[in-house]
Amino acid sequence: MAKSTVELQEAVIRFADDSGTGMQVSGDQFANTSALFGNDLSTLPDFPAEIRAPAGTLAGVSSFQVRFSSTDIHTPGDHVDLLIAMNPAALKNNLKLVKPNGIILTNEPSFNNAKNLRLAGYDQNPLQTSELDKYQVVKVDMIDLTNRALEEFTELSKKDKDRAKNMFALGMVFWLFNRPLEHTVKWIQTYFDRPNRRQYIEPNIAALKAGYVYAEATELFATSYEVKPATLQPGKYRNINGNTGLVFGLLAASQKSGLPLFYSGYPITPASAILHELASYKRFGARAFQAEDEIAAMCAAIGAAYGGSLAVTASSGPGIALKQEALGLAISVELPVIVCNIQRGGPSTGLPTKTEQSDLFQAVGGRHGESPLPVLATSRPSDCFDTIYEAARVAIKYMTPVLLLSDGYLGTGTEPWTVPDLNSLPDIQPQFATDPEGFEPYMRDPVTLARPWAVPGTPGLEHRIGGLEKEDITGIVSYDSENHQKMTLYRAEKVQRVAQDIPPTETVGDSSGELLILGWGSSYGSIRAATEQLRAEGRSVSSVHLRWLNPLPNDLGDVLKRFKRVLIPEMNLGQLRQYIRAEYLIDAEGLNKVQGLPIFASEIVSKAESMLNEKKRGASTIK
Amino acid sequence: MKAAQTLTPEDFESDQVPRWCPGCGDYAILASIKRALPALGRPPHEVVFISGIGCSSRFPYYMSAYGFHTIHGRAPAIASGLKATRPDLDIWIVTGDGDSLSIGGNHLLHLFRRNLDVTLLLFNNQVYGLTKGQYSPTSPSGQKVVHKSTVGSIDTPFNPLRIALAANAPMIIRSIDRDLKHMGSMIQRAAEHHGSVFFEIYQDCHIFNYGAFTEFVDKNSKLDALLYLEHGKPMIFGREQDKAIRLDGLNPQIIDLKAGAYGADDALVHDEHDEAGLLAGILATFQERKDFPRPVGVIRNIERPCYEDMMTDQVNDETEKGGGQTLQELFESGDMWEIKK
Repeated sequence: MAKSTVELQEAVIRFADDSGTGMQVSGDQFANTSALFGNDLSTLPDFPAEIRAPAGTLAGVSSFQVRFSSTDIHTPGDHVDLLIAMNPAALKNNLKLVKPNGIILTNEPSFNNAKNLRLAGYDQNPLQTSELDKYQVVKVDMIDLTNRALEEFTELSKKDKDRAKNMFALGMVFWLFNRPLEHTVKWIQTYFDRPNRRQYIEPNIAALKAGYVYAEATELFATSYEVKPATLQPGKYRNINGNTGLVFGLLAASQKSGLPLFYSGYPITPASAILHELASYKRFGARAFQAEDEIAAMCAAIGAAYGGSLAVTASSGPGIALKQEALGLAISVELPVIVCNIQRGGPSTGLPTKTEQSDLFQAVGGRHGESPLPVLATSRPSDCFDTIYEAARVAIKYMTPVLLLSDGYLGTGTEPWTVPDLNSLPDIQPQFATDPEGFEPYMRDPVTLARPWAVPGTPGLEHRIGGLEKEDITGIVSYDSENHQKMTLYRAEKVQRVAQDIPPTETVGDSSGELLILGWGSSYGSIRAATEQLRAEGRSVSSVHLRWLNPLPNDLGDVLKRFKRVLIPEMNLGQLRQYIRAEYLIDAEGLNKVQGLPIFASEIVSKAESMLNEKKRGASTIK
Repeated sequence: MKAAQTLTPEDFESDQVPRWCPGCGDYAILASIKRALPALGRPPHEVVFISGIGCSSRFPYYMSAYGFHTIHGRAPAIASGLKATRPDLDIWIVTGDGDSLSIGGNHLLHLFRRNLDVTLLLFNNQVYGLTKGQYSPTSPSGQKVVHKSTVGSIDTPFNPLRIALAANAPMIIRSIDRDLKHMGSMIQRAAEHHGSVFFEIYQDCHIFNYGAFTEFVDKNSKLDALLYLEHGKPMIFGREQDKAIRLDGLNPQIIDLKAGAYGADDALVHDEHDEAGLLAGILATFQERKDFPRPVGVIRNIERPCYEDMMTDQVNDETEKGGGQTLQELFESGDMWEIKK
């Protein structure tokens, strides 16, 4: 039977199964195939902290959401059109995300298993009750079909054959959205091309193809769908996640500045990927140091900066807490170090694999004493490259540690990235002191207030630095009260002067109006999408997204004052809001969510609408 | 800049006046190091002193070299970052027993485990001096917090040599602040070694722990209290060179060379290069044994590959294997697509 094809502007798919079953791979393959096809896309991996939580449990569900579109999109989507639920727990965890009349593709035998139902908290098989009536439920025995497709591979155990069911499911989804298999076939051939793995190449390809053919041949799906390529800006693209963006940005900053790259880190989710990746780029001169703890990672970076390297360390909130004392030293000795915080849910161990943006206060005010440092935040996976490049440029120009905020969602989420031409990036020009004539370790550049970078090994510039207060200009230890005030003000003023490098604030929408939605970090996509939607509805809404959090842009106060109301959505309980209120005496309101998940555009839209309709004041916390 | 061979101690002297208490052992150590450095052949601008927090850690301010007075316990970590990126520099860590056996204990272990080519000078005065007299991780049990308590510490002290051995420090040296000649020759030995050096210096805190090491410096007692180690030489000591160390199975014993039962041939012969560290391990136990002399000198001296050399080799090998891929090519590798105008 010839089936019809329906053209969609966009679709959101969520793959879900036990962790360790390859659902992240299936999702990633679908995303990459869609990227190569030319869609704009955004992904959201969502997985548990445990490597292998017990099978079948709610805690063990690993999900991967991908949204792909023929138009410009900014988020991985609030709700999904298709949920692939490979077991009852995957269904239970994700059902609330499925749109009414959305498709739920299930692996049926897993729902016939009493233990699986019990672990997921179902008294009865939800595929046999009325619970899913408002959805299009598709039941497929993927275990049996995968095994039958792999019959000829007699040397494989049943367990191994069962494992290929993620490829069977992916094959079905590829058919449903009219996607070619070539990219994934090629990936399978490369990925398994290593000792003791090659025997899995052909079975995985067979399972993928079997899923595709099965979806095509049966009448499970009345129609297939098509999402046309997006009209992106001309250029060369690749799909990128935020952590890779940071690594590429560092390699670029190293090359452009001529400074060797030194990266020190201690294993921590979700920042570890930066260490892994940088360690694989030794051929670009990157020296990666796996330190004995977070403190050592910070200190080793300071040592490398002292010696003239582009020094970087990254961690997540708990690790940044440990680094703070040494960060204070970097501020005191005025050395350029880049510190990245890939934020996660807190406090304490918190939610290691879930995202949050609750370390703004820690970043801006985390040390003891008056210890300002520049803080900037990335907003999209594709923005990480530019943001860390900017962090490196400012750290070197102003001779200061810089703190960059990313988060788990940005670090692991992907989207298309326009590959930059290295030649077109701004220059980074470190100014090493070499002339002993008139040299003093704490003399300052009149424009930036930077002190000289005088690295050991330079003849005639021998000097001593340390964490004790230093006399202005000479750097000699000084307990003089007036000198301390002078040096404290210098350190503050130097960070403030970074604002002279911040471009004018860009506003999405009109430059004045009823409501301004102000944000920072990974809520960018949701804020942008919400703003566009509200404007399309004729609402007087604009938005501003901050890259620089310390110092704030010089023009921000004026921008804010041109709007009657200001809404600040954040994945915390209102840290930017408190900061903005203190800084500008503006009665900003909040939308605050700490669920380990991004804020949805729809949540921002409804908050904005209620503000505009009811003129109600105050912050809202999503329950 | 002077040629290395014409350097004098004054070339390493800074314009800062040392601010240690009168009589502090740190003065003697400072003098020894200033005196020893010219002969090592490195001009001041290639020498870096990195310290933590404490009395000893003020040391860098008094040397005319590059100096970095960092934070409590972290000097080894900062030195590691510097040495890993600047193997060309001659790096010395100056620290104390509180600084690097308590708050910074972890970094000390990992410095030695990795084996960076730096010398760690641990000024061991068995007390917290700068914070006024609390007992330290090397204070003997029973030591009192000065002026404040009537009862002593119930903590068991660390034996620093055991810690250095556990971390596989390839070179372990011990000397004493007042013994300028011995200190000088040991600094020379430390400088010659390629790899981490753990250099414990018994240092007298005149104010809070006066007399902790008197028996090792008093001319009436020191020859009986110290065992000067020399590679390949029998372990003979005593004012009249009349005592020696003999090994009975794995147990060291003190033998009397005058009594007739044993001769000099029975004495244990020192071997710095014992790879397994067994001999060093036995020597480390002397401080826990009643009436045993305290070994000073080069306790252990083996060669192990240095971290920074291996790191440099990896970078060079990978660069060679990388086949000249440019960064632009890296960015454009993998799944790319192009949208044309």
